[in-house]
Amino acid sequence: MKTIIVVGNGMVGYKFCEKFVTKEGSEKFKVIVFGEEPRPAYDRVHLSEFFENQDAKALEMAPAKWYAENNIDLIVDERVTDIHKASKKITTAKDRELSYDYLVLATGSSAFVPPIKGVEKEGVFVYRTIEDLEGMLAYAAKLKQTNPNAKAAVLGGGLLGLEAGKAVMDMGLEPHIVEFAPKLMPRQLDSRSSQVLQLKLESIGLNIHLSKATNQILGDKAITGMEFGEDDVLDVEMLIISAGIRPRDELAKTSGLEMGVRGGIVVDNKMQTSDPNIYAIGEIALYNQMIYGLVAPGYDMAGVAVDQILGENKSVMAEEIDMSTKLKLIGVDVASFGEPFMPAAKGHSIIFENKTQHLYKRINVSLDGKKLLGGILVGDATDYSMLHQIYLNGMAIPEDPAQLILPATEGGGSFGDVMDLPDEAQICSCENVTKGQICGTIESGESKDLADVVSCTKAGTGCGGCKPMVKDLTEATLKSLGIEVKDTVCEHFDLNRQDLYKIIQVKGYKTFDEVLDNHGNGGHGCELCKPVVASLMASINADTANKEYAIQDSNDRFLANIQRNGTYSVVPRVPGGEITPDKLIALGEIAKKYDLYTKVTGGVRIDLFGATLNQLPLIWKDLIGHGFESGHAYGKSLRTVKTCVGSTWCRYGMDESVSFGIELENRYRGIRAPHKIKGGVSGCIRECAEARGKDFGLIAVEGGWNLYLGGNGGATPRHAELFAEQIDNKTVIKYIDRYLMLYMRTAKPLQRTAAWQERLEGGLDYLKEVIIEDKLGIAEDLENEMQTLVNKFECEWTQAINDPEMMKRFNHFVNSEEEDDNLVFVPLREQKMPEKWV
Amino acid sequence: MNILSDKYTTVKPEDVTIWFKAAPVTAFPKDGGACVKYKDLQIAVFNFKRLNTWYACQNLSPEKQEMVLSRGMIGDHKGIPMVACPLHKKIFSLENGENLNGDLEAIATYPVKIENDFVYVGFSE
Ligand code: SRM
Ligand SMILES: Cc1cc2nc3c(=O)[nH]c(=O)nc-3n(C[C@H](O)[C@H](O)[C@H](O)COP(=O)(O)OP(=O)(O)OC[C@H]3O[C@@H](n4cnc5c(N)ncnc54)[C@H](O)[C@@H]3O)c2cc1C
Ligand code: SF4
Ligand code: FES
Repeated sequence: MKTIIVVGNGMVGYKFCEKFVTKEGSEKFKVIVFGEEPRPAYDRVHLSEFFENQDAKALEMAPAKWYAENNIDLIVDERVTDIHKASKKITTAKDRELSYDYLVLATGSSAFVPPIKGVEKEGVFVYRTIEDLEGMLAYAAKLKQTNPNAKAAVLGGGLLGLEAGKAVMDMGLEPHIVEFAPKLMPRQLDSRSSQVLQLKLESIGLNIHLSKATNQILGDKAITGMEFGEDDVLDVEMLIISAGIRPRDELAKTSGLEMGVRGGIVVDNKMQTSDPNIYAIGEIALYNQMIYGLVAPGYDMAGVAVDQILGENKSVMAEEIDMSTKLKLIGVDVASFGEPFMPAAKGHSIIFENKTQHLYKRINVSLDGKKLLGGILVGDATDYSMLHQIYLNGMAIPEDPAQLILPATEGGGSFGDVMDLPDEAQICSCENVTKGQICGTIESGESKDLADVVSCTKAGTGCGGCKPMVKDLTEATLKSLGIEVKDTVCEHFDLNRQDLYKIIQVKGYKTFDEVLDNHGNGGHGCELCKPVVASLMASINADTANKEYAIQDSNDRFLANIQRNGTYSVVPRVPGGEITPDKLIALGEIAKKYDLYTKVTGGVRIDLFGATLNQLPLIWKDLIGHGFESGHAYGKSLRTVKTCVGSTWCRYGMDESVSFGIELENRYRGIRAPHKIKGGVSGCIRECAEARGKDFGLIAVEGGWNLYLGGNGGATPRHAELFAEQIDNKTVIKYIDRYLMLYMRTAKPLQRTAAWQERLEGGLDYLKEVIIEDKLGIAEDLENEMQTLVNKFECEWTQAINDPEMMKRFNHFVNSEEEDDNLVFVPLREQKMPEKWV
Repeated sequence: MNILSDKYTTVKPEDVTIWFKAAPVTAFPKDGGACVKYKDLQIAVFNFKRLNTWYACQNLSPEKQEMVLSRGMIGDHKGIPMVACPLHKKIFSLENGENLNGDLEAIATYPVKIENDFVYVGFSE
């Protein structure tokens, strides 16, 4: 058996292993991997995500057990220190000596730190590893304790520097980007696009300093500033250096492998170094006299090295390497592809610029106007995937190439359908997956949906940039095969929510098993279909969540919102936000009694956090004793009807918004829907209740109420649309009854009214026809169904605490009265919170 | 790092040395679970009525180290009996503990037997 030693367990070193083990013949080799970092390879490209959740595991390329399962010896936290070419041996920092038949160097690169005076000071970081990020987080947290307005700079305005700048901003420090060149992203952007990008970045709060050469870093022990010229100083307390990369070629130096003048190990198109038994791949390899600081070429190199070692001599690295890139900052679209800057002699450029909208698009077209040579997109990169594909595949472009970048409203923008791409078109450049492979796995029946396509081809698992295209291709291919892309609730039903609604209503089913046995695919249900059926039973039969609690979603099962540490929060209903002083005192007393963290919610009621399972019924007994009832903060049901004080007190009020808000909240409380429902009632057009941000909203005007429908906050905010004007209370209720019932009958699972209304064929006009003019002749049915639900309302917490059977579920243990012994709370201001997640 | 999960290791039926008498069958919901305390361990026990089978696993979700799995929904994923963690819906095979929608470490599973309407969980010590 021959031995391959891989030095470096980064993204490319890992990819080598992954590709190797799937190949025939690989079983004849023993693979040993050394990694200097303390953990197995992780996704460096998405390193910035570590700031969001500090979850190193989520970034892992594969868990440690993957290597063992594939017969690979992974040795982390151990650096290889020497190569002995003649005897084909390596030694490590822990004095281990091993022989190899093939050596694969995948040592990557490290951040380049320019020799500026003072760079060794405390508070100066580079941006490369998880440990770097941990260091920054700790330092930033310390800074903020003494100075909440602390500033931090990033040295370097390239792709990575901007990403680091955003990270600084997310850490809560004032971000500054310092760039030596007169423009941002000098390798990818021309000066006009750089200016547009600068405006955009400044508008989100990044400070940009161009044409600045840093002379020295100021400060005694820790950094306090950066000096550019004599009187040109920027005060900062932290610095992240992002000034380029340097290949980690120490091993080549000492062992005499051929190297480039500015570093890197020279390889040929087989990835072989000057020693035929030694390969180099990834950011260490100098190919065509270039180090490619991107992951996709590294993955290709890994594939070539695998093939070469296994004797597939024809597999070599392509001559030209695509360096197209897209910035991954949320809210800032920047991309460049092909030749972004092109000399006038080679072709024409078409430029579209709109500085007020921070928009810049440039494409470069060949002299004969037939080919796309490259381009730059700032502000809106939605067309990037398509343009990139047109460029890569040399596809024909429209006679007027400007159509490719004109805003969609002017008849352009829609050029190019994914299905027009040639089969060889490379869709996922990280994993090297073509359109033909994606369509092929569907056509052969191997893949039946997007998830299958991703797991069969690996497309979309790298940088993720191609995901929208993979999805479009999958859907278009399924459609072309006559396979309906069904919105079935899950693998256990060939039905969607609307179908299930009708079936349950007509057949009168009362349990999940009845529905599953009669209409399912023979399985046993799952976390997707169970809550859907539970919600339908509730919408149709007015069942409370107590009835079949094991099919309820996490929160409904225990009639409370599960929190980070598995405890719960308790939110009693406070209709319209009106509360008596006595009830307010009672809430305070109860919170104190059970030591609950207390906060006013964004829905203007009071939330008590940190209740254990065992405490929930005790707390509710107390609350109910003081006249409270469930607030359904846990349910996909009515939450709050937020009101302003209205004509009851307000000098501008046109009507009693509080009274009407309370009436509406009490009417729709407890009703289960596809998603939660919120309402708002404002006493005048000043709109203090934010009614137009709710599923249904009312504003009092001269002569009645204006009714707005389909509003939403959340991730995709949407203003509600004006549905009817100057209507009286009775008409309001009639219309909302009909509207909500129609929504409950036809929406998809977890679809808010806003999304439902947006996708409704015919839109608002159709809604008016059905609800106001009763075009379908169902208005009376809808009202009756709603009235039945209203009449059947029962507080499910009152129901639960009065039934010993139902109460059983609120014990943490079935065989002990004890509580969960795993809970740790830490103090927070004058209250408490769960210990942070590691 | 995961001190908590170190306490849980899968017990194979043939390795059981102690059958712990946990609770009566009626203490567990049909097609759902509840948590059993055994010494300093928390074990999630599921009454998979549709298969007429009982399963047990650690109550600890390996993702965030919280004691919650017994409160999850059960069912099957492509035919494999599974439990979905109530916090982020990571799903785990009830047969061998494998994480079926991610690459979290597997959870420990334990044998269960029913005798005279009582639920017993198997441990090996
Ligand atoms: C408690 C509260 C935050 C607070 O402390 O203020 C809150 C807490 C949660 N919100 Fe919210 N939202 C709260 C007001 C809001 C508001 C403001 C409002 O209601 O006016 C919004 C924007 C308005 C809207 O809904 O359109 C809001 C938009 C969301 C969304 C996004 C919904 C969307 O359609 O995009 C989610 C996610 C979801 O439901 O899928 C969400 C989900 C959640 C969940 C349920 C997340 C979860 O699944 O655990 C949080 C539960 C924590 C808990 O245990 O209570 N929360 N959430 C607020 C409770 C209000 C109440 O009294 O019931
Ligand atoms: C924040 C950030 C964002 C990025 N974003 C993108 C992007 O959007 N798109 C893109 O294409 N690329 C991006 N990159 C670049 C991409 O991460 C690299 O191209 C890729 O990681 C290179 O892989 P590699 O395996 O060659 O090197 P590395 O991932 O650096 O791995 C090399 C490994 O070898 C180890 N090592 C070195 N010497 C030894 C030794 N002697 N013994 C043992 N182990 C050793 C190192 O510790 C390291 O773990 C980004 C990089 C960073 C830092
Ligand atoms: S915005 Fe809502 S869901 Fe997000 S953390 Fe705040 S409370 Fe939780
Ligand atoms: S904690 Fe269990 S899935 Fe996240």
